[in-house]
Amino acid sequence: MRKALRAWCWAILAFLPLLAWSAEPTLRGTGDLGVIIERSAGRVLIVSTSSNSIISKVEGLGDLSHASVVFSRDARYAYVFGRDGGLSKVDILRGTLEKRIVQGGNSIGGAISQNGRLVAVANYEPGGLKVFTADTLEPVADIPAAYGDNKLSKVVGIADLPGDRFIYSLFDADQIWIADLRDPKAPKVEKFSNIGKAPYDGLVTPDSRHYMAGLFGEDGIALLDTWQPEQGVKRILANYGRGEEKLPVYKMPHLRGWAVAGHQVYLPAIGRHEVLVADTIHWKETARIAVRGQPVFVVARPDGRQVWVNFAFPDNGFVQVIDTLSGKIVQTLEPGKAVLHLEFTPRGETVWASARDDHKVLIYDTASFAKLAELPADSPSGIFFTSRAHRIGF
Amino acid sequence: MQHLLATHPRRRLFQLSPPATKPSREGVFFLPSIRIGLAVLALGGLGAGSLALAQEPPAPSPERSRELIRMVRQDCGSCHGLTLRGGLGSPLLPETLRDKPPDGLKHTILLGRPGTAMPPWKTFLNEAEADWIVAQLLRGFPEESK
Repeated sequence: MRKALRAWCWAILAFLPLLAWSAEPTLRGTGDLGVIIERSAGRVLIVSTSSNSIISKVEGLGDLSHASVVFSRDARYAYVFGRDGGLSKVDILRGTLEKRIVQGGNSIGGAISQNGRLVAVANYEPGGLKVFTADTLEPVADIPAAYGDNKLSKVVGIADLPGDRFIYSLFDADQIWIADLRDPKAPKVEKFSNIGKAPYDGLVTPDSRHYMAGLFGEDGIALLDTWQPEQGVKRILANYGRGEEKLPVYKMPHLRGWAVAGHQVYLPAIGRHEVLVADTIHWKETARIAVRGQPVFVVARPDGRQVWVNFAFPDNGFVQVIDTLSGKIVQTLEPGKAVLHLEFTPRGETVWASARDDHKVLIYDTASFAKLAELPADSPSGIFFTSRAHRIGF
Repeated sequence: MQHLLATHPRRRLFQLSPPATKPSREGVFFLPSIRIGLAVLALGGLGAGSLALAQEPPAPSPERSRELIRMVRQDCGSCHGLTLRGGLGSPLLPETLRDKPPDGLKHTILLGRPGTAMPPWKTFLNEAEADWIVAQLLRGFPEESK
């Protein structure tokens, strides 16, 4: 009895330093954290992919329909681009809104520079690019997307390139621009015209060499080799529809997310129930995979073994998984109503899917396809993990 | 016009006077569940005079109304914006639509606009529902109920 008591005393003594330490703020990294947009609530959830849980909520971010996020290079701050032109800097460790500015009238996306010092916003209204300092969100450059007769184009498909450059497409002007911000006070802009009708989104390949812009106004993808820009923009996968009548498009596809797996790139076909596959050496079509609906996101698991696809209305309750070795669909899931986005954890063991109309986020094991967890969220849309901080093009 | 909208959307919405060109008729067409919300919108947003809209199309069932409101806010909203202030698609606010004939708007909804990104929605809507959506857009589209 006395022995047991003594053992308890020792045990308590041994834990005392731990108790004292826990009074300090808990130290933690951000590598397993992420941000989920609650599009109707103007709020973001800060989540942990280690505990599959919500760790805090940050309010007051304005209209977040179609919001997107980039991260500071230390992966502590999330820059949230709101539809209403709001640019918000969120401290994901403290769970606080550090600063918010309204920099334009209408925007959906942005990018952060290679050196992490500049955040660029692609604006629909007023059409153009605005660049801000990453630390204080002070304006540093304004590059209107002027074309034709004093018109301004909506800017889409922005991505960062090495050398503190940003590449983006002009939806209304059929152009691709590269803005060089190495000297932020004197940005240089390189323009490529007649790249194809109505570019709607763009991506850079994981090596940042190639920029691809999907075309809404015609079948095909505009491709620019940014290592050899003097060769100009080429058209790939032209006429993939081969004269068939297009289906109506109820949601624009997205090219964000790495759709590159191995030496193949997987792309949504506009107005078709197909994923197009091309090789990344000759940029020729190698396959097309019939899928459940019109693809919106076509994203590769980080190891490239699987490609996950979600769909436009009215097939937006489904998610399909393509095995990249066989080129076959190996799984069809129904995570919930209106699945808007998919995001893999950094090494790809799980994928998170937002089901807007079921007001939840679902977490799946990508090996077994088992559902691991569900998190409540108010009309969730984009999901963004901090691993994006260290990838070019994100 | 679009520029003004972009800078002061809410204020514009609340300052506007109702469309003056329509012949008047008392509004007696709403089902109870949505009447309050719409009345609040009408009174707060457009002034009492806006109840006098012409030929108000019959409202769908409360359940279908909710579906349609969600569809417009969320699915149309993916191009036109959740607040309908515009995005890749043009703004769908009363100020931007009121000069356009309602019949034309209905046809745009049902048949789309060939050569643009606007798809036809006739597979998902009947004509009466499209009429109702146009009428709601013209008076300031209702918010989704939570």
